[in-house]
Amino acid sequence: MTRTVMIDPVTRIEGHAKISIHLDDAGKVADARFHVTEFRGFEKFCVGRSFWEMPGITARICGICPVSHLMASAKAGDAILGVQIPPTAEKLRRMMNWGQIIQSHALSFFHLSSPDLIMGMDSDPAQRNIMGLIQQDPELARKGIRLRQFGQEVIRTLGGKSIHPAWTVPGGVREPLTAEKREKIATMLPERFDLIETALDLVYNAHETFANEIGNYGDFPSLFAGLVGPDGELEHYNGLLRVVNSEGKRVEDGIAPEKYREIIGEAVEPWSYLKFPYYKPLGYANGAGMYRVGPLARLNVCDFAGTRRANRALHEFRRLMKLDKPVSGTFYYHYARLIEILFCLEKIEDTIQDPDILNTHVRSQANVNKLVGIGVSEAPRGTLYHEYHIDEHGIIKEANLIIATGQNNLAMNKTVRQIAEAYVDGNNLTEGMLNRVEHGIRMYDPCLSCSTHAVGQMPMHVQLLSPDGEVLDEKIRG
Amino acid sequence: MTNKIRLGTAWLGGCSGCHMSFLDLDERLLELAAAADLVYSPIADLKEFPEGVDVALVEGAVANIDHVELAKKIRERSKIVVSFGDCAVTGNVTILRNRFGVDDLLTMVYREGPGKAPLGHEADGIIPYLLPKVLPLHQVISVDAYVPGCPPSADRIWAAVTALLRGEKVSLEEELITFG
Ligand code: SF4
Repeated sequence: MTRTVMIDPVTRIEGHAKISIHLDDAGKVADARFHVTEFRGFEKFCVGRSFWEMPGITARICGICPVSHLMASAKAGDAILGVQIPPTAEKLRRMMNWGQIIQSHALSFFHLSSPDLIMGMDSDPAQRNIMGLIQQDPELARKGIRLRQFGQEVIRTLGGKSIHPAWTVPGGVREPLTAEKREKIATMLPERFDLIETALDLVYNAHETFANEIGNYGDFPSLFAGLVGPDGELEHYNGLLRVVNSEGKRVEDGIAPEKYREIIGEAVEPWSYLKFPYYKPLGYANGAGMYRVGPLARLNVCDFAGTRRANRALHEFRRLMKLDKPVSGTFYYHYARLIEILFCLEKIEDTIQDPDILNTHVRSQANVNKLVGIGVSEAPRGTLYHEYHIDEHGIIKEANLIIATGQNNLAMNKTVRQIAEAYVDGNNLTEGMLNRVEHGIRMYDPCLSCSTHAVGQMPMHVQLLSPDGEVLDEKIRG
Repeated sequence: MTNKIRLGTAWLGGCSGCHMSFLDLDERLLELAAAADLVYSPIADLKEFPEGVDVALVEGAVANIDHVELAKKIRERSKIVVSFGDCAVTGNVTILRNRFGVDDLLTMVYREGPGKAPLGHEADGIIPYLLPKVLPLHQVISVDAYVPGCPPSADRIWAAVTALLRGEKVSLEEELITFG
C-alpha cells in the first residue's frame, strides 16, 4: 500500500513549509515534495503605494534579509528617478549589504544548521537547536553568535537599526558615515577574521563526518545563475547576469539584469505557494530549466573572488570540481557561505579605509523621470529582482518580485527527493531520517517569508499518502 | 533544571524579523539558556506545541487556518502569551492585504506562467486555507502582554523576557512602547 509521510512544519528554516514523502507499496520512496504554506500577497497590496515607500514596505517581506529588499527596492527607485547615486552612497550601500550577508550566512550556519553538523543528524530533537548547542558547547555557540552579531552591528551602525533600517532610499542613503562609527566597525573586525577560521575548520570536519551524505544530499547537475562584476569577479550589489550549465559552459553572460524576463520564466503548482522560476530557453517541463542561485551558484559562476584571502579560499573550494564542472553538491552551500563571509569581511576592511567613505554627499535628489524601475542585487540566498511600474505621480501600478529562494524551488524539491530516496525507509520510519530530509532544505537556507513574499511561510509534517491521495499515516516530529 | 522556565516562540503571519531581533539578544542568549528551556520555536525542532509552556512569544498576524489552530493551541497550553511585535499587535504589514479579496490576490500573484495555481481556499490538508481578513493576535485569542515594535529591539525584548522570567508582569518603560 502506498503512503505519504508529512514533515510539518519544517523547522530551523526561515519560513513555513511542509514536506510530503510518497511511498510505494514496498515502502520505498516514490516521490517527495516541498510545500510552502504561507501567502502574503505583497505584489498585490503594494499597488497604490508610492515607490518612495517601497523600501520600507518590502523590507518587511523578510526579517532575515531586509537589507536585500532595501537594496533592490532602492535601486528600482534610483532607476525611476533616473539618477546615478553619489559614489559614497554606493559604497555605503555595499557595506550594509556585506554586513547583511555576514549575519545571514552566520545565522544559517551556526544558529540553524550547525546543530545537525555538530550534534548529528540523528541527535535528540529536543536539544538539536542553538539553545541546545549553547548547553553543549557554549564557547562554540558564543563564536557563532559573535560572528552574526558583527554583521548586524554593521547594519545598525549605518542604518540605526539592525532589522528594517529606514536608511536606503531612492537616490542614495539617508545618513553618511562618521569617523567614530567607522572606527567602531574597524575595531570589531580582527576578532571576526579569527571566528571565520574556526567556522571553516568546522565545515572541513563536516566534509569528513558527512562524506557519505554529500553525494546523496542534493548532488546533481543543474544550471547556476548569479551576478558577476565587470571583470568576472564575485559580486553582490551590481553587475551582470551570468548563467553556466552543468558542464561549466556559459549559456548566458553579460546580461543586463533589467532584461531578466528574457531568460527567467515563472511556473506555478497547485501544491505550493512558492512559484517555480526556471531558465526560459530550456523550458519548465521535466525540470530542464532548473537552476540554482545563492552562495554555491555565485562561487560557481564567478571567475575569481577579488580579495586576497577569499581568492585563496575559492581556489581551495574549486578543488571540489570534477572534470572542470561546477561544484554540484548542495552540501557545499555551507562551505560556500563561509567563503562569502570571509570575502565580505575583507571587503568591509578595504572599504572603511577608503578616504571617500566619510564624504557627506550621499543622496541624489530628483523626481519621477521614468515609469518603470527594475532593481536587482544578490541577496544572501541568491539574485533578487524588484520591478515596479508606476504612474507619473510615482504610484505603483504593478509590482513583480522574484525572490532568491524561489529560484531554488525546483532544486529544493529535487534535493528532498534524493535524500528521501537514500535515507527514508517507509517500513521503519525514524525521526533522524526525516531530519535528514529537512537538512536538505536547510542547506539552501531558504527564506520563505521572502519567497512567499507573494506567497508564504514554511512549517514540517510528514504524511504517508495512498496513490489516490488518502492519508494513511502521519508523522509530526517531536 | 526543573525550575527552568519553559519558553516557546511561534511565528504566524510575519517576516521573522521579530525572531531575528530575539536572536539579536546575542550573548544574552547564553544567560537565557541558563534560565529557560526553549521548548518550541521555529529555530528548534519539536513539531508540536507542547503542554505546560510558561511563556509564549507569538510573532505575526493571523492570516490562515494553520495560524488560527496554532494560536488556539498556544493559548490553551501556555500560562502567558505575549503578542510579540507589530504584526501580532496591530496586523502591521501583514494586514495590508485586507483591502483585497483572497481570490483577487491569488489570481493576481499567480496568473502568469505555466501550471495550475494554488486555490488558497481548498482544504487539501497541505496548503492552508487563507482567512478572508488577516487579524491581529488578540482578536483570535486573549493575550497577556504586548511588546510592540517592527521589530521590537533586542533591548525591549530583554526587558520583557527578564521580567517574565522573574515572574513579574511586563511593564515596559514609555520609550519602549512604540510602533515601527
Ligand atoms: S512586526 Fe515587523 S519585524 Fe515583526 S514580523 Fe511584523 S514586519 Fe516583521
